Amino acid sequence: MSALITISLLAILVLYLGLFKAKQALLPVTLIGLLAALGLAVSQWDTFAEPIYSGMMLFDKYAVAFSAITIISTLLIFLLSKDYFERISENVAEYYAVILFALAGIIVMVSFHNLTMLFIGIEIMSVSLYILAGIKKKDFASNEAALKYFLMGAFSTGFLLFGVALLYGATGSFDLEAIRSYIIQNPQQVSPIFYAGILLMIIGLSFKVGAAPFHFWAPDVYEGSPALVTAFMSTVVKTAGFAAFLRLFMVCFSPVQSFWIPIFVTFAALSLLVGNVTAVYQQHFKRMLAYSSISHVGYMLFAMISLNSESDSSVFVYAAAYSVASIIAFAVLIVLQRQVGNDSFDSFNGISKKNPFLAFTLTIAMLSLAGIPLTAGFIGKLMMFSRALAGYHIYLTVFAVLNALVGIFYYFRVIIAMYFRPAERNELVVSPLFKFVLAVSAIATVILGIYPDLITRLI
Amino acid sequence: MEIILLLIFLPVVGAAIVGLLGKLELAKTVAFIWSLFSLGLTAYLLSEFDPGAGTQFTVDYPWFLSMGSRFNVGIDGISMILVLLTNGLIPLIILASFNHEYKNPGAFYGLILFMQTGLLLVFTALDAFLFYVGWEAALIPIYFICAIWGGPNRIKVNIKFFIYTVAGSLIMLVGMIYMAQQTADKTYDLQSFYQASLSAGAQSWVFLAFFLAFAIKMPVFPFHTWQPDTYTEAPTTGTMLLSGIMLKMGIYGAIRWLIPVAPLGFAHWGPTVLVLSIIGIVYASIIAFTQKDVKRLVAYSSIGHVGLIAAGIFVWNLNGLQGAMIQMISHGVNVVGMFFILDIIIRRLDTRDTDKMGGIAKSAPTFAIGFLIVLLGTVALPLTNGFIGEFLLLMGVYNYNIYAAAIAGLTIIFGAVYMLRMYQRVMLGDANEATLAFRDINANEKVVLFIICGLVILIGIYPNPILNISEPAAKSLIDLVNGKIGNVSSF
Repeated sequence: MSALITISLLAILVLYLGLFKAKQALLPVTLIGLLAALGLAVSQWDTFAEPIYSGMMLFDKYAVAFSAITIISTLLIFLLSKDYFERISENVAEYYAVILFALAGIIVMVSFHNLTMLFIGIEIMSVSLYILAGIKKKDFASNEAALKYFLMGAFSTGFLLFGVALLYGATGSFDLEAIRSYIIQNPQQVSPIFYAGILLMIIGLSFKVGAAPFHFWAPDVYEGSPALVTAFMSTVVKTAGFAAFLRLFMVCFSPVQSFWIPIFVTFAALSLLVGNVTAVYQQHFKRMLAYSSISHVGYMLFAMISLNSESDSSVFVYAAAYSVASIIAFAVLIVLQRQVGNDSFDSFNGISKKNPFLAFTLTIAMLSLAGIPLTAGFIGKLMMFSRALAGYHIYLTVFAVLNALVGIFYYFRVIIAMYFRPAERNELVVSPLFKFVLAVSAIATVILGIYPDLITRLI
Repeated sequence: MEIILLLIFLPVVGAAIVGLLGKLELAKTVAFIWSLFSLGLTAYLLSEFDPGAGTQFTVDYPWFLSMGSRFNVGIDGISMILVLLTNGLIPLIILASFNHEYKNPGAFYGLILFMQTGLLLVFTALDAFLFYVGWEAALIPIYFICAIWGGPNRIKVNIKFFIYTVAGSLIMLVGMIYMAQQTADKTYDLQSFYQASLSAGAQSWVFLAFFLAFAIKMPVFPFHTWQPDTYTEAPTTGTMLLSGIMLKMGIYGAIRWLIPVAPLGFAHWGPTVLVLSIIGIVYASIIAFTQKDVKRLVAYSSIGHVGLIAAGIFVWNLNGLQGAMIQMISHGVNVVGMFFILDIIIRRLDTRDTDKMGGIAKSAPTFAIGFLIVLLGTVALPLTNGFIGEFLLLMGVYNYNIYAAAIAGLTIIFGAVYMLRMYQRVMLGDANEATLAFRDINANEKVVLFIICGLVILIGIYPNPILNISEPAAKSLIDLVNGKIGNVSSF
């Protein structure tokens, strides 16, 4: 809980720093503040947590674990942001503050215990993201991304809110426990309004995480937004979206699984297909990442289709693996865009010669995203496959395997370009901070791949 | 410190050291010496090993408990043969590469040693998940070896190879997860897999899922289409690793993880697989006969030989299995020897086309003798290593079905025909300008060829030590499976 307060206060502090033109202090203050928030969150690790604030929030192990992973990802992204916002605008402090506000919303999303808190969390996060998507004020693509994101986001929020209202209509409560006990007490006569509510909430949340068939905004928004913001959206935001999604369905709706599992099976299969097949045809790294992120949503939905005590740790591991690998990918993307001005696959040719370290870490990231063993991504995929098989969705699993193969094909394009296609090129300058982020993320990927029990048994 | 951990992880430490040497030529020497350490360790293990005592040197640590997987490794007679093969061939392969100047040798030799650890994990794992990790850990380095140092067409060929093999292994992974969920204690432990009682229908599916991975790796007809291209485009060292050691992963997998895990699936599909293997033998031999590219010729001949090994396994009797064990070693030695010889020729003449060769024996008599000995081993002449293995394999097939044995036996005749024809066209006949200037082999090449020829003859004359290692393990595995199949059919 104190983590949420710390982050909110930190955001205001950062705004004041901006007011007094203390630009040099922005990054250190933000980092220290986030570390403090991380420490506070972890210190609340408690197996027997009870809902607080009249049942509004529940800071249990699940919430702590997801808060920790989102805070860590944000920290890594902030480390990449040195000099990044300065190139875009004079008023840097606002961007730091907006990201922190988004993070505050995310903490609410992962620890809600009441549907109103879920809605508030999502809105705090989304409004901040609309701003972030458009921070390149003079850039056409950035403006387009912000507008698209805003319109689509507002739309999906409408669905979500309508769903919440219908649930309230059926159950008379916003509280997760109360909704659950409503189903358990009336197993035979659950009101149709309730099912309509679930359906609308699924639609709203699927919009937010970018699951097919509600993914159409994602590629354009991801491509148009500045790379760092895209990194934030596709890692931290996605993780938070899934954490909220899973919490809602685990706690609230699990007694009526038979209603919504077929929907998720369909969404998962569609996301895999759409994400992977379109990613193959992309010629640009960033757009490829955007489409492939849809396919990762597909894998993560596997956790929803057979709920049990392992579902939350599968989503957690998958989100952690996906986040660190994506941060590497986006870090390299930023370096390339800045120094080559282009992120087509050809611009990766021959990187291994001049920047062996960069090539090596990006290779680890690509292997992890492709789900090759000895990387964290493989553990994530393995856990998701076991979830699907535990629910006897054998066809879906085989379909996912075929899609994983397609994934290998496009992720390996990057590796092939870096290692096997020689080209004359200048050495890319990689700042020490970038090197640090790359090294930390790569090491984390490999360690989690070799000894997954470090995090698989947390929750 | 458990000795088996040292055995498995010594190479990967070596890989790190060699990798750090980077562009220094010293890397190849260090890698060679390091691989000798592993060989020495294997010799020590062999001296401590008691064939009759089941699985030995076991270690069992908690590892990935949330999925029910433990770091559980051990060596029985069957594993011992493959550990011996791996650790024996890798120094030889490294030594054989000394005549090449691979750019960035630190990375090259580092990857080879990394692959060695993956292979050893595969051959010693007693846990399905660990087996899978080793399986892929061996694949990644060979992919990079082939794709960085390979021929002009390497990118396309190797992505095909990689996706082909990963397709098989992912399906196998699905099978493994399914198996693990069916076991009594929800673990990936080998013994739990053996004890799981699935319906015959489920076992059929599990059999197919595992078989696909192993069939692609070996390769068994019709899953072989990646193999000739990959062998041809790979650097010679990569080809040796692929054909000498890596394809044995598939054979070993079939023995340890396929037939005993899904015995009823085997009872159902075994005959089909046997037919596929035999088709592969004939098919590959006929294609080998028409090849003018020497490397492709040997690649196809390898499909034929492996087809016979697969046939020997899928008849599932002691002769067949024992033949497979010794033939894995013999084939490893022979095929590495064969590719080494071709490498010598290709490096000197800069062509793979048999039409541009001929009369080399005149300019290089020592080389011609070495070539002939390896060739005779490959075509399974009595008193060479190839004969022991193929004889046992054919006997195994004969015990199962005489017609199958008759067709599979064609491999020996066909093999003799296309191999001797190749020898004739390469080494004998009229010399041309290039072959007249053919230098005889240098000291390094002599050493490698001498070791290989020595092994060809030694194993051919006195195969018993090797057969003794694996016999008790092979027997007990056969009894296990037959017991399970028998139990069901007696209902």
